[in-house]
Amino acid sequence: MKITDFFKKKSSSDIAKDRLKLVLVSDRASCSPELMQKIRSDIIEVLSKYAEIDMEGIDINITSLDAEDNGGKSAPALYANIPIKNMNHNSKL
Amino acid sequence: MGEVIVITSGKGGVGKTTSSANIGTGLAKLNKKVVLIDTDIGLRNLDVVLGLENRIVYNLVDVIEGNCKIKQALIRDKRYENLFLLPAAQTKDKTSVTPEQMKKLTDELKQDYDYIILDCPAGIEQGFKNAIAGADRALVVTTPEVSAVRDADRIIGLLEANEIKKTHLIVNRLRPDMVKRGDMMSSDDVIDILAIELIGQVPDDESIVVATNNGEPLVGDNSLAGQAYMNICRRITGEQVPFLDLEAKRGLFSWFKKK
Repeated sequence: MKITDFFKKKSSSDIAKDRLKLVLVSDRASCSPELMQKIRSDIIEVLSKYAEIDMEGIDINITSLDAEDNGGKSAPALYANIPIKNMNHNSKL
Repeated sequence: MGEVIVITSGKGGVGKTTSSANIGTGLAKLNKKVVLIDTDIGLRNLDVVLGLENRIVYNLVDVIEGNCKIKQALIRDKRYENLFLLPAAQTKDKTSVTPEQMKKLTDELKQDYDYIILDCPAGIEQGFKNAIAGADRALVVTTPEVSAVRDADRIIGLLEANEIKKTHLIVNRLRPDMVKRGDMMSSDDVIDILAIELIGQVPDDESIVVATNNGEPLVGDNSLAGQAYMNICRRITGEQVPFLDLEAKRGLFSWFKKK
């Protein structure tokens, strides 16, 4: 930990707010952890046909779309960050 | 024609019963005719908070089952002539009443009283469904904690799904000192997350415990919580009342300034 980190440490109320915002997005989308797991494994399965995926670095989440990008309404959005190790050029498309 | 208001929260222990007692009493102090209904069948509490526990003869289930007339079951508070309590049954459970029966009861009471305040049980099951069945508006009580706010969000969703359009938030047990040093969410933080309108912020006040010990709601007295609850009552009646400055220290100096 750097000394500068000490000064910009987040207050616990900010942490509470951030955690709540995240958990409420998935609560409101009524997306259970099991469903998320299914979505995750299906996405991996499909992508694996075309590329070698870095399993460690996968990050798939339901977040909310910013109000500005969505005509003033915030809506749930699926966010996926899937690092690719190698494109699988041999695959027959 | 009266208004039926349900006081609900999802999570238990955030102050629904205390809020119900104070809001009911406060509205009666404002010369409104009020019935408080304890819908927490099996876990009755509103009677002790109001100090009326020794006067119960009939209860909500007796009225629903037709064992007595509504008027016989209503306990008139001797301190405020406009305040009545319909206590919950202690020996039955939530399934003794249906939402249709509750709606019929509140519709009937609306004819004779200005406000019917329903103290809702914790949870989202039968007891909650009974309590919201006849409600015209809802007051959602929460504390500035992640668990309570999360449950409040769920309740707000369920109220919307049940077409209760008028829903306001009470943030209870605020500690201005903790908010100031960033260790507690402020009421602004909470309304930002829940996206509903605030109707009151009540500080964490020792006088609430004393008032409950004595069975005398503190609404309208000099304590910060007493003022906060009275302001909520005024807002319910449609008055515009600015929010209290919870940080105001009530020391000797400010006491003199007030005089």
